[in-house]
Amino acid sequence: MRAINIKPSRPLAVFLTVLPFVLVFIAYAIGSDIRLTANPSDKLLPAPSTIWDTAVRLTTEGDRRSGRILFWHDTWASLKRLALGIGISASLGLVIGLMIGLLPLARSFLAQFVAVLSMIPPLALLPILFIVFGLGELSKVVLIVIGTLPFIIRDLSQRTIEVPQELLVKAQTLGASSWVITLRVALPQVMPRLIQAVRLSLGPAWLFLIAAEAIAADLGLGYRIFLVRRYLAMDVILTYVIWITILAFLMDWTLRAMSRKLFPWAEEGL
Amino acid sequence: MSFVTVTDVFQSYGRRPIIEQVNVSVDEGEFISIVGASGCGKSTFLRLLLAQENPTRGEVRIAGAPPAVEPGLDRGVVFQRYSVFPHMTVRENVVAGESLRRPWGRFFGADLKAARTRADETLARCGLDHVADQYPATLSGGMQQRLAIGQALAAKPRILLLDEPFGALDPGTRLAMHDFLRDLRAETGMTVFMVTHDLEEAFKLGDRVLVFDKPRWDPQDPSLNGATITYDFDARDGGIPFQTLKEDTHVLQDNG
Repeated sequence: MRAINIKPSRPLAVFLTVLPFVLVFIAYAIGSDIRLTANPSDKLLPAPSTIWDTAVRLTTEGDRRSGRILFWHDTWASLKRLALGIGISASLGLVIGLMIGLLPLARSFLAQFVAVLSMIPPLALLPILFIVFGLGELSKVVLIVIGTLPFIIRDLSQRTIEVPQELLVKAQTLGASSWVITLRVALPQVMPRLIQAVRLSLGPAWLFLIAAEAIAADLGLGYRIFLVRRYLAMDVILTYVIWITILAFLMDWTLRAMSRKLFPWAEEGL
Repeated sequence: MSFVTVTDVFQSYGRRPIIEQVNVSVDEGEFISIVGASGCGKSTFLRLLLAQENPTRGEVRIAGAPPAVEPGLDRGVVFQRYSVFPHMTVRENVVAGESLRRPWGRFFGADLKAARTRADETLARCGLDHVADQYPATLSGGMQQRLAIGQALAAKPRILLLDEPFGALDPGTRLAMHDFLRDLRAETGMTVFMVTHDLEEAFKLGDRVLVFDKPRWDPQDPSLNGATITYDFDARDGGIPFQTLKEDTHVLQDNG
């Protein structure tokens, strides 16, 4: 039988899904064990139990100086920046993408400009942002916006252009104005794609967030990781990394579920 | 006076002529079938009627109105594919036929209720009342085309343009669609233009069959000449209009 025709049964599929996670965990546990037997005070690969203890301590015990549980404050600060950045990107991207996709005038005016802008490496602009917007929240949010907006604009304008010409003509024969065509024909058709684009942008958004926090912040997940790096506190770093991964995964999952629920007619590609 | 007048229309893309010197006039309520080989400008002619394109020369007038520069409410259209809005349910699609002309593209309150009732009547006539709340993607090809026709008629256009509307359907569904279209036309008396590849379909449904072809053909450069209407058949009475005797001949009449 050909390999392409071998399909796993349900239990096997679940087993195969879980397997890589288990393998990575086992590999880590073995590596950590080897190092810790050689040197009990090794800091590079803390034992899984140590990481668990650290995680419990971080999430339940307050900071010695301020009494605040920094873990949750970090999470809240980072999520706020991320949500603000992605939110602004998505709204601007939607409006500009629709304009480029629907209006030939806007296309001539903006499409090439956006294409060129999207080639600028956003991290290279970070120093400028810090200089212009200061070290506060604004520069971090702006970095996320600059980093994700060109992609969202290009993706959405492309999707808008791909809305079948027939539908636009049909809407015109039903007497729709440009505004109504935007609102009732193009917008609903690119909304699933917007969610898709946001999902794809979450990766870069986290990257920019952590980079900005690493350089200048006083709270935030990225800030904390780079802070405790000085003490080689691998248990804290790993806890934060796992937490960030879980957060990112949950966001992605939520967005996908939302898209399925809100746009049942767009079944393919979600 | 004729209802649709096409006067001396030329259309070329760049330097390549597609159709040349097309003149035709159509009375209100006529069903015009348009046939021709691929690349002979049938679809271009339909786009000109639709005002999706503007002719390089000549003009198309409907009911004496000035030539349109963009598609509008007076022309309804059904394409081979993508003729209904995939993100609206079947009922919403028909309501959209009336509501898209509004400032916000929708009805509110009592208007919405009335429009839904009218939509349900249209759906019942199209045999789609049992799927009113489904999305078009769940319908078969024939049902989608019936919906597209129902939606176009909900807007009450002056003329209805069909661009190979049954081209993607299987033969059985096609026959059912012919009956559906005939019934609908008998009811509304709509002026219809239909582009088709199927000669049998063209003569079966049409009152007139327009044939697009290139009158001159340059073997060195086939794209040098555009196409025009080379034949204009009277297709009533199964394509044999002269079977209906117009004068009293006193010959072979006394069979009964």
